[in-house]
Amino acid sequence: MNMIEIRLKKLLSAGDGPLPLDIRLEIGKGEFLAITGPSGSGKTTLLRLLAGLMAADEGFIRFDSEVWLDTRRGVNVRPQARNIGLVFQDYALFPNMTVRKNLEFALSGKQNKRIVDELIAIMELTELEGSFPATLSGGQQQRVALARALVRKPRLLLLDEPLSALDAGIRAKLQNYILRLHEAFQLTTVLVSHDYREIFKLASRVVALQQGRIDQPDLPTAVLFSTGQDGDVRLSGEVLSIEEDGAGFAVNVLIGNNVVRVPAMPRDIQHLQPGDSVTVSFQAYRPELVR
Amino acid sequence: MEAAFWQTLWLTFKLAAVTTSFLILLGIPVAYLLSRSRSRWKPFLEALISLPLVLPPTVLGFYLLLAFSPEGQFGAWLEQALGLRLVFTFSGLVVGSIFYSLPFMVQPVQSGFENLPRNLSEASYTLGKSHLQTLLHVQIPNIKPALLTGIVLAFAHTVGEFGVILMIGGNIPGQTRVASIAIYDEVEALNYGLANQYALVLVAFAFAILALVYSINRRLLRTGWG
Repeated sequence: MNMIEIRLKKLLSAGDGPLPLDIRLEIGKGEFLAITGPSGSGKTTLLRLLAGLMAADEGFIRFDSEVWLDTRRGVNVRPQARNIGLVFQDYALFPNMTVRKNLEFALSGKQNKRIVDELIAIMELTELEGSFPATLSGGQQQRVALARALVRKPRLLLLDEPLSALDAGIRAKLQNYILRLHEAFQLTTVLVSHDYREIFKLASRVVALQQGRIDQPDLPTAVLFSTGQDGDVRLSGEVLSIEEDGAGFAVNVLIGNNVVRVPAMPRDIQHLQPGDSVTVSFQAYRPELVR
Repeated sequence: MEAAFWQTLWLTFKLAAVTTSFLILLGIPVAYLLSRSRSRWKPFLEALISLPLVLPPTVLGFYLLLAFSPEGQFGAWLEQALGLRLVFTFSGLVVGSIFYSLPFMVQPVQSGFENLPRNLSEASYTLGKSHLQTLLHVQIPNIKPALLTGIVLAFAHTVGEFGVILMIGGNIPGQTRVASIAIYDEVEALNYGLANQYALVLVAFAFAILALVYSINRRLLRTGWG
């Protein structure tokens, strides 16, 4: 039996008319699930429904042995009682509290305060603990938001495009924090993102939400690698650097955690610069797997 | 004369202070509930609260006079059950002023709540905090400028009240005679000098308090506490 069982139906009003959200999803214990999909496909709504911040028209959510939602029996557990950690896209730090107070506010009545010190240490916030959120950079705010979400030691962590507003260098660093926390706190994590590199680095499983439904099989490869009709394998990556290489050029592309060196002609690199997202296509006559 | 002057001013500011205290207790919950409400009755309730903004104060005063009069049922009940007489008394002025200045407290505070990012309260709920805890520790502290605006406007508006007071309070020195009434009274008696004294105090007060609100709000906005 999987740890989390989700069946949700809700009629959303999207930009171009009503969008029926119809989701069936199971999530295993310790899984790091990424939900991707075009904007407006219902990703954030799904997280809000899981958190209990929004009501479903019809549905059922079971977390372990607890039923959080069962519309047929009139069960709808309040967000306060679901024990989840939610990190908002814009962090939602409390402007009137310092970094430390933001974390301490999250403590439940009888909880040991030590967890706050631990999280401040893990997230390297010691020097910032007396600062107010308005004085922090985006990356720093994000670290505070992550730390705050974990104070209550939730078993389920929900991340709503947590890194989308940050630049590439800080993003990579925060991805490491997230992985570290996922393991250290034995979390089950659901990440909403449409950054394939991020998903590839963090997630153990990916599902794509399209038009309010999850249709594709949930294999990372199904989303990350698309095979062209001509049999080419296409991989998405990020240009790290462009070097002269003999007569031509070489482009170093980060694909997942690997750097691939791709030979290129002058005209290929004309409009290319480090940081660009590119698709690298390989002609794969006979792919071989080697251990 | 001198003593009467200070007595009248003291009474004016006492009335404003007492009224504002009650309005803080009443206005914040009302503003909070209105900001969260999606009821179809909400526009009617908002209209009811805002009535004193557009009605002549004498209309409000007239109906309060009818309601509070010991000749009437409600007034009689107040007097018998609670020993409370609200016509031509200071308590009556407080009750009348609460109705009269309520929109000045509710409107800024309500829009303060409505403009606060919803994420803040939702983050608090997911951290296990109740609505009350969230209101006290997250929402109210983050609408300080709106709250300050409401408090000051309610206070200043009560100081400037005239019509309602005249209707239900009359002009009893030390009881119901506030500065605005005194000005009217002194002018009637052709005491322009004294009327001018009262008027100058009110002008200076109104200007000082508005300047204070604007400068504090600017400072709060600059430090990112808006």
